[in-house]
Amino acid sequence: MLKFILRRILETIPVLLCVAAMTFFMCRLAPGGPFDDDKQVTPEVRELLDKQFNLDQPLYRQFIDYVVNLPSLQSFKNPSHTVGGIISEKFPVSAKLGFFAISIALGLGVLFGVIASLRPNTYIDYIPSSLAMIGICLPTFVMGPLLILVFSLQLDWFPPTGWGGFNYDQFFAADMVLPSLTLGLFYAAYISRLTRGGMLDILTQDYIRTARAKGASGLRVILRHALRGGLLPVISFMGPAVAGLIAGSFVIEKIFAIPGLGQEFVNSVFNRDYTLVLGVVMFYATLIILLNLIVDILQVVLNPKLKFD
Amino acid sequence: MPLLDVNDLTTYFHTRNGVVRAVDGVSFQLEKGETLGIVGESGSGKSVTCMSMLGLIPQPPGRIERGTATFDGTDLLHCSPKELQSIRGRRIAMIFQDPMTSLNPYLRIEDQLIEPLLIHGLADKASAKKQALEMLDAVGIQDAASRIRGYPHEFSGGMRQRVMIAMALITKPDVLIADEPTTALDVTVQAQILELIKKEQQELGTAVILITHDLGVVSGFCDRINVMYGGKIVESGPTKEIFYNPQHPYNRALQNSIPALQAKGKELYTIPGMPPDMSKPSAGCSFAPRCEHATHLCTAEPPELQSLGQAHTTACLRVQRENLKP
Repeated sequence: MLKFILRRILETIPVLLCVAAMTFFMCRLAPGGPFDDDKQVTPEVRELLDKQFNLDQPLYRQFIDYVVNLPSLQSFKNPSHTVGGIISEKFPVSAKLGFFAISIALGLGVLFGVIASLRPNTYIDYIPSSLAMIGICLPTFVMGPLLILVFSLQLDWFPPTGWGGFNYDQFFAADMVLPSLTLGLFYAAYISRLTRGGMLDILTQDYIRTARAKGASGLRVILRHALRGGLLPVISFMGPAVAGLIAGSFVIEKIFAIPGLGQEFVNSVFNRDYTLVLGVVMFYATLIILLNLIVDILQVVLNPKLKFD
Repeated sequence: MPLLDVNDLTTYFHTRNGVVRAVDGVSFQLEKGETLGIVGESGSGKSVTCMSMLGLIPQPPGRIERGTATFDGTDLLHCSPKELQSIRGRRIAMIFQDPMTSLNPYLRIEDQLIEPLLIHGLADKASAKKQALEMLDAVGIQDAASRIRGYPHEFSGGMRQRVMIAMALITKPDVLIADEPTTALDVTVQAQILELIKKEQQELGTAVILITHDLGVVSGFCDRINVMYGGKIVESGPTKEIFYNPQHPYNRALQNSIPALQAKGKELYTIPGMPPDMSKPSAGCSFAPRCEHATHLCTAEPPELQSLGQAHTTACLRVQRENLKP
């Protein structure tokens, strides 16, 4: 297992280098630059700025500089902050949003999926399954405003925007509910359908009958004998889901005005903040690779027929 | 009083294509320590009979329409699910046809073996593990101490069936239902598995219900035999009677179809026609369309099991009324 993890970590190095190169050069290919603002600057000032941010150096030198010193580079728009500083300041907010969303997705998804699979083709199955279908069909940028409309503007249960009222030390606040729900429900829908399918497949297996013949209670049959195999499709889905969750959080943070890394990322692209774009891309790429590695390890741990190789 | 007394057990499956009468009024008794064979072709209702008793029929579409199955004073068909659960696996254990799919592929052999003991609160974890190891040893698994930590896919078919037997017998049940335990295994392993069941049965005093379509298997194994056809028992009696004094035309035809009992070179006897469509009830004897002795009487009136003496009963009108001779 250690060898497997080591090999996978070594494999990520070329992947990350490719991501870095593509991001860097695509940014430079895009029209405009960090200083092409509404406010025009004189050529002298421009020259000084270019010098300060090393834009006067050849591209390949800049690239090497960016790759080697990435976390400690200055942000173009916010020169008093480094890339690493901005990420470590903003990411906890996004991570918490992601954590809430994934808890909702797994909790509701698995629960409804299992319930639906126990009584297939009855109302107990149809109702959660059709809700899930609606959830899959509604993109987050439709679901978000809809939830705001109903739960904030009509019912006035939760604030429509914000994140802990800008008090970041709070673990939970009412204004975290709607963004977490918007992001989580979409994946809950997927996961409930995957769970239902996986469980239906497992519940008709002979070994479930064996478990019942042993005298196992209904709950024990589900929890101990069926869920493990039934959740394997969900585990496989968690890799892509986490990547999607991160991308989804860009939209959610924008809709709900959450000061997270996603918003920072979107703004940095519009600002052509070369250093920050690269920094956030590299950070997210590493995160996705890491989470996928964890998912792969989990799969082997849960399925004794798989081996590390 | 018999250990298990099944009376008029009737299980129907309500499907889109109509009501399938899988088991239609089956009655039999099982004494303590005895071995009962249930013989019949595919779809004759032998497995459904036993699974109905243990509540293992998927409901819906299955439904137990009527009947009782009294086990040690408890009616298995009408007791609470909790009561049935406490009997399943502890006092009546079951092993299944396909050992390749009947063990949970995600759990270690050990965890599956000790489960019946833990569920029924018969042992704590440590002593359950000890018993599991002894049991695995007893069913002839070499190197049980290390194999017990393995997963089912690391075992061969015969070995898995041994594990199934160990798992079923670990609670020392009063009844073991073996649903075609050797069908999925190759011939050399078949004999070993049957011998193993016999050996364990003698040690524990367990009564065994052996479901099979293989007459060769039951002949050397069972004390009594029920022959089933179309969801009904058509002939029942001591093994000797069933084989040496077969009465029902279906039973006779079955025996004529055993390849080993025929002269070499002679064309093998087969029963003409197809098994009955169980979703279409027949007014008379369900075997009548394939029976060479059938008369208009047979298609009009359903036959009942009647005694011929020596605990031998048969459900054939012609045998009962006209003393049809083989």
